[in-house]
Amino acid sequence: MNWISNYVRPKINSLFSRREVPENLWTKCDECGTMLFHRELSGNLNVCTSCDHHMGITPHERFAALFDGGVYAEVKVPEPLADPLHFRDQKRYPDRMKAAQKSTGSPEAMLVAQGEIGRTPIVAAAQDFSFMGGSMGMYVGNAIIAAAERAVSAKLPLILFSAAGGARMQEGILSLMQMPRTTVAIEMLKEAGLPYIVVLTHPTTGGVTASYAMLGDIHIAEPNALICFAGPRVIEQTIRESLPEGFQRAEYLLDHGMLDRVTPRGKLRDELISVVRMLLGLPPAVMGDLPAPAPETPETAATPDPVEPTEPAAKQV
Amino acid sequence: MTHYLEFEKPLAEIEGKAEELRAMARANPEMDVEKEAAALDSKAATLLGDLYKTLDPWRKCQVARHPDRPHCKDYIEALFSEYTPLAGDRNFADDHAVMGGLARLGDRPVMVIGHEKGHDTKTRIERNFGMARPEGYRKAIRLMDIADRFNIPVVTLVDTPGAYPGKGAEERGQSEAIARATEKCLQIGVPLVSVIIGEGGSGGAVAFATANRVAMLEHSIYSVISPEGCASILWKDAEKMREAAEALRLTAQDLSRLGVIDRIIPEPRGGAQRDRRTAIATVGEAIGDFLDKLEKKSRKALIRDRREKFLSMGEKGLAA
Repeated sequence: MNWISNYVRPKINSLFSRREVPENLWTKCDECGTMLFHRELSGNLNVCTSCDHHMGITPHERFAALFDGGVYAEVKVPEPLADPLHFRDQKRYPDRMKAAQKSTGSPEAMLVAQGEIGRTPIVAAAQDFSFMGGSMGMYVGNAIIAAAERAVSAKLPLILFSAAGGARMQEGILSLMQMPRTTVAIEMLKEAGLPYIVVLTHPTTGGVTASYAMLGDIHIAEPNALICFAGPRVIEQTIRESLPEGFQRAEYLLDHGMLDRVTPRGKLRDELISVVRMLLGLPPAVMGDLPAPAPETPETAATPDPVEPTEPAAKQV
Repeated sequence: MTHYLEFEKPLAEIEGKAEELRAMARANPEMDVEKEAAALDSKAATLLGDLYKTLDPWRKCQVARHPDRPHCKDYIEALFSEYTPLAGDRNFADDHAVMGGLARLGDRPVMVIGHEKGHDTKTRIERNFGMARPEGYRKAIRLMDIADRFNIPVVTLVDTPGAYPGKGAEERGQSEAIARATEKCLQIGVPLVSVIIGEGGSGGAVAFATANRVAMLEHSIYSVISPEGCASILWKDAEKMREAAEALRLTAQDLSRLGVIDRIIPEPRGGAQRDRRTAIATVGEAIGDFLDKLEKKSRKALIRDRREKFLSMGEKGLAA
């Protein structure tokens, strides 16, 4: 093997061997076991067509379905210091990061975007559970601060989709400090009189639930999402008894007064548009799938970040 | 009786020998053992000093959890006068894991709030080992509101393994209560000073420690997760707590380097449990010192100070 083959091969591999054919054409629903064709599943926003089980969805997929015409501009998130504690468990933290970046294709566990939903300009942030369990470290903190700052400067509501196992242990105390940090961000929104709506998705637990995810003006959860501070296993170990059916699931929290609503993913967009417009005192929106806003609209023009239009989502009719 | 930690065993032996000698001398008054006993004493003192000078993070965890360490109640009784406990969250219950009320530090009225772990089996159960339920955080919110309205500084003493992981606690909104308490800490227009006196366990600690100034006792810890919990998740082996304690950077010294805390309060030789009175007095001085400086700031400046402190936290990592 000479240096040329060593040098060139990986590049060519990455160009040709991936993509073309999605690796898994079929996905098995973890709830009812039905085999679902990938296009059918993504067309239904990763909700099982047979049992309505809500599977994970990446921020990109969610935003493509949320924003008018699937178009949004990413809001830049300031890059934090990498591996601030030089953390090492069985693997080094930077290696874990690289593996997560490779498997998800995302730089970190949260995506922030600005765009329109039902012709209503908003800022949205979505957490990516597939990236190290969506865990909250410095980057997620920075992302929420960036989202709040953008919302305040553009006078827009913030809609946040939470999904996380909790704080990122590899950032130690600095991950814990994201609890007060993100709370400061939410304070800024509230002071500016802007709506802050949290959509709690499966799972939202630990320090994430105990900070920004529970400080919304309105809390909406997706069906059957696990939402808690301490996980069910920890509680069973502590109290040494089994827990009731549906404990810590969205419907259970709704019954216990912790949420305003439990709404299926397919109905979320219309509900968010409606709620946001009422909170802002705007007239009723034209509902349904809308094309992307015209590029000359003042909202888009005011956006300093480069607009990265994503592929319009495959819409079901 | 002194409670010895595992790593203090060599010390226990020496101190035990000295004690035996003295007991013998008490039984036989003509025996003179003072010289030998004094030699053992000085050997023990040197060993104690050496042990505590170089405590590794896992040993620090053990010291931070030492049953003889002064707890919140001890600090309140010794440092403050006219302590008037205020109870209840006006909603559901009074949580005994959190104590708080009006008190005077010198002449100055303050609102003191803290986690209390208890000191024997009965009080430990009554205090739920210092693990608060939602009611505890909601009581704290109520007390901070009173302090804010009447312009009284707030002092919080943090010593908790974490918020209580129970069925009822979850049903009544443990996460929401913690989130609201953190939010309240950020909102009040009065000085808020926090001292971590033992264990600063995760969200349960943050809810009280989102303060203008945070100090830690020399051998206290403050962490996102217990070393045992971290070990069982990341090493898949709870016995790797030494490695986890090391990696988490949970000591006062590391947190000071990271810019997360403002001051390390020195402990007497052998830890706060060996000389409770000195430890308590030193904490009192630090609180007084912080309050003297913060009281000059306006309400707005105090709120801004807290926000900026947390927004800029972690920018420099270990180089801070």
